[in-house]
Amino acid sequence: MAAPLSVEVEFGGGAELLFDGVKKHQVTLPGQEEPWDIRNLLVWIKKNLLKERPELFIQGDSVRPGILVLVNDADWELLGELDYQLQDQDNILFISTLHGG
Amino acid sequence: MFGLPQSLGDDKPEPEMPCTRQPPADVAMAAREEVLALQAQVAQREEELESLKQRLAAALAAEREPESEQPAPVSPLPPRASLSRDEILRYSRQLVLPELGVQGQLRLAAASVLIVGCGGLGCPLAQYLAAAGVGRLGLVDYDVVEMSNLARQVLHDEALAGQAKVFSAAASLRCLNSAVECVPYAQALTAATALDLVRRYDVVADCSDNAPTRYLVSDACVLAGRPLVSASALRFEGQITVYHYGGGPCYRCVFPQPPPADTVTSCADGGVLGVVTGVLGCLQALEVLKIAAGLGPSYSGRLLLFDALSGCFRCVRLRGRRPDCAACGERPTVTALQDYEALCGSSATEKCRSLQLLGPEERISVTDYKRLLDAGAPHLLLDVRPRVEVDICRLPHALHVPLTLLERRDAESLRLLGDAIREQGRAVPEGAALRVYVICKLGNDSQKAVRLLQALPRVPELASLRVQDVAGGLMAWAAKVDGSFPQY
Repeated sequence: MAAPLSVEVEFGGGAELLFDGVKKHQVTLPGQEEPWDIRNLLVWIKKNLLKERPELFIQGDSVRPGILVLVNDADWELLGELDYQLQDQDNILFISTLHGG
Repeated sequence: MFGLPQSLGDDKPEPEMPCTRQPPADVAMAAREEVLALQAQVAQREEELESLKQRLAAALAAEREPESEQPAPVSPLPPRASLSRDEILRYSRQLVLPELGVQGQLRLAAASVLIVGCGGLGCPLAQYLAAAGVGRLGLVDYDVVEMSNLARQVLHDEALAGQAKVFSAAASLRCLNSAVECVPYAQALTAATALDLVRRYDVVADCSDNAPTRYLVSDACVLAGRPLVSASALRFEGQITVYHYGGGPCYRCVFPQPPPADTVTSCADGGVLGVVTGVLGCLQALEVLKIAAGLGPSYSGRLLLFDALSGCFRCVRLRGRRPDCAACGERPTVTALQDYEALCGSSATEKCRSLQLLGPEERISVTDYKRLLDAGAPHLLLDVRPRVEVDICRLPHALHVPLTLLERRDAESLRLLGDAIREQGRAVPEGAALRVYVICKLGNDSQKAVRLLQALPRVPELASLRVQDVAGGLMAWAAKVDGSFPQY
């Protein structure tokens, strides 16, 4: 049984517009059988935070192309992507890449 | 360090002073004469200035090379052995930096930088590179200067509106530093030209504004073995990183798959603050200068995020080079440049995407709508733009309900819509049906709104109505019907 986790979830680069324009969310993930990883964090976000057009954020069980996921300011690819196990007080940043100039 | 000039205007002749012993009436008359004389001189100078601007614009236009697929060749810059007396004076403040010094300045003078895009990022970038004494700047842009560019594209000015951006930028840069060679390429970067062009330069800066060009520039840099300093900005945010430098990742390592076309927001749609592109363009110039001077960049394998609203800079660690990267991996599949517009499903040169969601029978032109309006045909005009755009300009008789609220099936908005339909319906004669027209800025969101309204069971008033959108939106209205209506 994994204990509840307190994590900071952030959105930027326009991704926050799908979350009522709110960039920073302090969230408490409830205790559950399985340890929390990014895969089930995405499910939780879709159910609890996402306000509109989920297809602009999620594709399949991952984020859509063009969104970078950073765990404590490091690319999630360095940490196992969807399988990264969240730690208490982690910061997870979802940033949409910009193309304007 | 800061000294006031010892005397101002020493070289100018003193204006003749009126004699102090003259009677007051004469003094007044003399002063009046001087005012008139000065006014005449100012008018003459203004005329001269106007004629100079016209000559400059004509000269810039004449300079334009004949349209050709392959850009004109340039010879490599020779290495420099020493700085001239003028150069030492000009670059003295940066020459005394031990990290740069004479050797660094000589490297800058022998360096060439290709700038892809002469917009909000490219202008400040080119300005600082020219000021710092980079030997040659290649300027790529297919576009012309428009009034809506001037709030952020600081090399262009009012007098050169309508001219190609690369010629406008080159003219400004020449005024700033005539020793810097500017090579304008007034064309879009394409798969046919990019590789050849990138190979002629030492460092490449991506200042473009669209996904296809970003993949194209990155692949060309990987194939040509050039470092790429890439920045982007939108709204109040900016991002900058360095690709393909010293074994670091390329654009495809970080973004193996392009984003779906409808998730990409342009500066025209999303807005951008000029200072934000300015900050990012300056940071880009800094990275280019460090690479060109041999100091090495700071943002290879790292991404700097700037949030101008919170005032925060945040530097995050990106993944390394991807061994299976299609472009720079161990077995690359991108061995030649491709069709990047097909890859991204979007255009590199179209400023606004035009959606084709509705059939012709579901749309009305602005001129037909004007006829209906003049004839007093009963109808409801629904404006679905965001509030901030309605504040800029609106048609006074339109009902405003933003598309986002329709998408959320916002109860209050639907009630408002139902009320308006019932109210307007009273004016409809027996046997006729009320029409609903949906309008937005360009005619994309209005199509989405029509589709939404056709499937709204919670507004019973809509069930029997014909809903159409106004093709081309308010910008078509401004262009074809009402010349006094603002364009934005």
